Amino acid sequence: MPALVHTSDAPVLRLENLHVDFDTSRGRVAAVRGISLSVKPGECLGVVGESGAGKSQAFLAAMGLLAPNGTASGRATFGTTELIGRTPAELDRVRGLKVGMVFQDPMTSLTPHIHVGDQIAEPLVMHVGVTWREARLRALALLRRTRVTDPERRMKQYPHELSGGMRQRVMLAIALACEPTLLIADEPTTALDVTVQAQILALLADLKRERAMSMVLITHDLGVVAGLANEVAVMREGQIVEQGEAGAILKSPRHPYTRQLIEAMPRIDAPAAEIAPAADTAQAPPLSVSDLSVNFGVRKGLVSRAKLRAVDGVSFELRSGEALGIVGESGCGKSTLARAALRLIRATSGRVVWMGRSIERLSAHELRPMRRELQIVFQDPLASLEPRMTVAQILAEPLRIHQRKLTAAARDAEVLEMLRHVGLTPDLLERYPHELSGGQCQRVGIARAMVLKPRVLVCDEPVSALDVSVQKQVVDLLIALKRETGMSILFVSHNLAVVKQLCERVLVLYLGRVMELAPSAELFVRPLHPYTRELLSAVPVADPEVQPARFARSVAGEPPSPLDPPSGCVFRTRCPHAIERCRDQVPPLEQAGDHRQVACHRWREL
Amino acid sequence: MSELSPPTGGGADAPAPDPVQQMASQSPWRQAARRFGGDGKALLACALVVLIALMAIVGPTVSPFHYDTLDWQHLAAPPGLHSSHWLGTDRLGRDLFVRTLYGVRISLLIGLLATAVSVVIGLAWGSIAGYAGGRTDDLMMRFVDVLYALPYLFLVIIFATFFGRGNLVGLFLVIGAVGWLTTARIVRGQTLALKRREFIEAARATGVGTPGILWRHVIPNLVGPVALYATLTIPDMILFESFLSFLGLGVQEPLASLGSLINDGAHEMQSASWMLLAPALVLSVLLLCFNLIGDGLRDALDPSTSVAPRPAQVRRRPARPRVDPPASEP
Repeated sequence: MPALVHTSDAPVLRLENLHVDFDTSRGRVAAVRGISLSVKPGECLGVVGESGAGKSQAFLAAMGLLAPNGTASGRATFGTTELIGRTPAELDRVRGLKVGMVFQDPMTSLTPHIHVGDQIAEPLVMHVGVTWREARLRALALLRRTRVTDPERRMKQYPHELSGGMRQRVMLAIALACEPTLLIADEPTTALDVTVQAQILALLADLKRERAMSMVLITHDLGVVAGLANEVAVMREGQIVEQGEAGAILKSPRHPYTRQLIEAMPRIDAPAAEIAPAADTAQAPPLSVSDLSVNFGVRKGLVSRAKLRAVDGVSFELRSGEALGIVGESGCGKSTLARAALRLIRATSGRVVWMGRSIERLSAHELRPMRRELQIVFQDPLASLEPRMTVAQILAEPLRIHQRKLTAAARDAEVLEMLRHVGLTPDLLERYPHELSGGQCQRVGIARAMVLKPRVLVCDEPVSALDVSVQKQVVDLLIALKRETGMSILFVSHNLAVVKQLCERVLVLYLGRVMELAPSAELFVRPLHPYTRELLSAVPVADPEVQPARFARSVAGEPPSPLDPPSGCVFRTRCPHAIERCRDQVPPLEQAGDHRQVACHRWREL
Repeated sequence: MSELSPPTGGGADAPAPDPVQQMASQSPWRQAARRFGGDGKALLACALVVLIALMAIVGPTVSPFHYDTLDWQHLAAPPGLHSSHWLGTDRLGRDLFVRTLYGVRISLLIGLLATAVSVVIGLAWGSIAGYAGGRTDDLMMRFVDVLYALPYLFLVIIFATFFGRGNLVGLFLVIGAVGWLTTARIVRGQTLALKRREFIEAARATGVGTPGILWRHVIPNLVGPVALYATLTIPDMILFESFLSFLGLGVQEPLASLGSLINDGAHEMQSASWMLLAPALVLSVLLLCFNLIGDGLRDALDPSTSVAPRPAQVRRRPARPRVDPPASEP
């Protein structure tokens, strides 16, 4: 292989008329249709597009990592080396050594049974030829560089012992081990919490500056691109629709698709679009929860069992006709809270009241007729639909159970009506879930929940598995349904920007406890709790002028284990304002103004 | 819903022309059938099994010999088309062609019926234990463990004495009674995995009762793995029956199963190898066919093990390209 010599701005990686095709049982599918791109030295290229746009496949093809049934044609030049059509042995001299790669899911990208330290050391031994001893020392330095906490201990840990954010840092350390000239990051933060995402993005920005490394950032999220990329290429259906300087594209997009993408992204820093109608407080709340706790027994050793407090003394009222958002990082107990409120999980203690009736003493049998008033929509739109039933059967099932007297014809009519109502066409009735797109599946999920005209709809991360433009459509659908039916929505989400669009009030949860409860009009403008502030500042904004400054404010640390929560205020270990008192006393949930509650010792002074 | 007007947020989700969308609707079953139909080996194996079964049903009725007719002129006659005994005769002059086909009848019958018994009990036991969970699950599965711990030959001998040796119904029950334990464990494991799936949770949230969930949502999703397991159980059962007959605990003279024929043939292996070869060959072909069918079924029911990726779906969080990190490459 010839030595790689870069003149000042010869591109590091150049793709020319790259095509990727897959042979499937249904014939040849074109994933990438002739794209041309170049990555300049020391710059970051953001490749943006929705799923199926072919953005990952283009770069996998360039690195020779396509699935066996994929074929690539065209040219991909790294420095002066042509990559397409090379044997794996030849490619191995580029992959890992000159080009580092980071993928979305750090759990499946790491080998489960090898110490993290050895996984970082391996490319050094393979490519650079240093001894294992030397490689481990360098691995330790890399872990420090990627700001892994407690790196000495991490070296001897296995991937499953690390949190998602830590794993992604380890992946970064592996990719950086041989000091590559190019880093390809494929959705590096999509599986992470916003707070951790902000930390990883800040780290990437640092590394890029410090090592003058080129970077390809593949993502669906324009906000992620905004702070990092110098140039942006927008892909759709295997083609590049728009390409150019990041600022120009985000500020004044020319292609309608780019414009549509930017409009679909809710902005956390934008003023609230409309003041939501005041919720009806006169009527009895259809769902209320007081002092609810859910503990899970976790086996620890042979006999002893540890208690995991997933939800710890939470109270809230879901008023008639209002949307209440429950937000927090993953593992904070928000899904458990939603499920316990529906009694899909038994609460350990506390009261749950449905339409004025306390349910904890009712048997599963007595509960069944009441269930029609409270329905749920799940995160994974495909997994929540029975794979062996058609859409028509799925939608008819709730009616079969709760309205037995309905004739078949009336039932069909009702199903059809509901289907139209969620924006689907009747020709989908005989389809099976696997034949629908993700957005269509989620609409069916919503239709199934709505077909009984419930008074409460619980949405558990209903849009986080969907593409941005589909997210917007589903949120708009929920807003429309709520306005027309007057139902209440309990909206569980880690995405604050989406919550802001939909919800009148927001409950912020951390390690199973309520940190703050406030009307969204106030919460997003003037957050009282430090945790709420951290959450808000972590959400990336698709604006290259604002976003770099937001990196600087990202929070340190990750949530502690719920098995061993900190004493006093649970947030104190990450709180920049923590004082002595926060360690000793649990802050009570205090009234702060007419409609707000906050659990912080220092909210008045901060 | 008539009072509602269509929401503003409607419209098509996926502007991209999805190849899947343009196809006629296909249930998961139809898809599996289509994939199975494309598997040459499995189809050939099916054809062979059907052929052998047909021969076993028709053969003995058209042959001039009965399975227990003694032909004194041809004792231990070698096979050949010149005599009327195509596969020769045994020491007592009984026609081996008819006896082998009789053996296939009995072996297939036992294989199918014993599998059916084990699937029915195992499916019911395993799905109830798995779905109920908690103490019920513990009790039911410990019962299975206890039965597992008993040496099955011991069980078989008890049953055989109870029903009388050579009682065919008894034999089905014995073999089925041993076979359902594994089925129950497999079904329970699958049910536990299914129970946590969101569509089951959705059914519970809708208010579907436990029997309804089991019947409409759990069992249909178990049919795939269970059918697969059953095809792989049939040869096991046939083999087990052969083993019992070999030990003299199974089918009794003058009736024959493939196992007892092989047992008889093994005694004459030195002087009259055809007595062993014919039934042994048929048994081997049958077992191979069932295993091929099982393989084909697995590929058809679980396409994730094959290489073709699914066309683009609008899903982001789960599922990523199946590639290793650069570090783990050799």
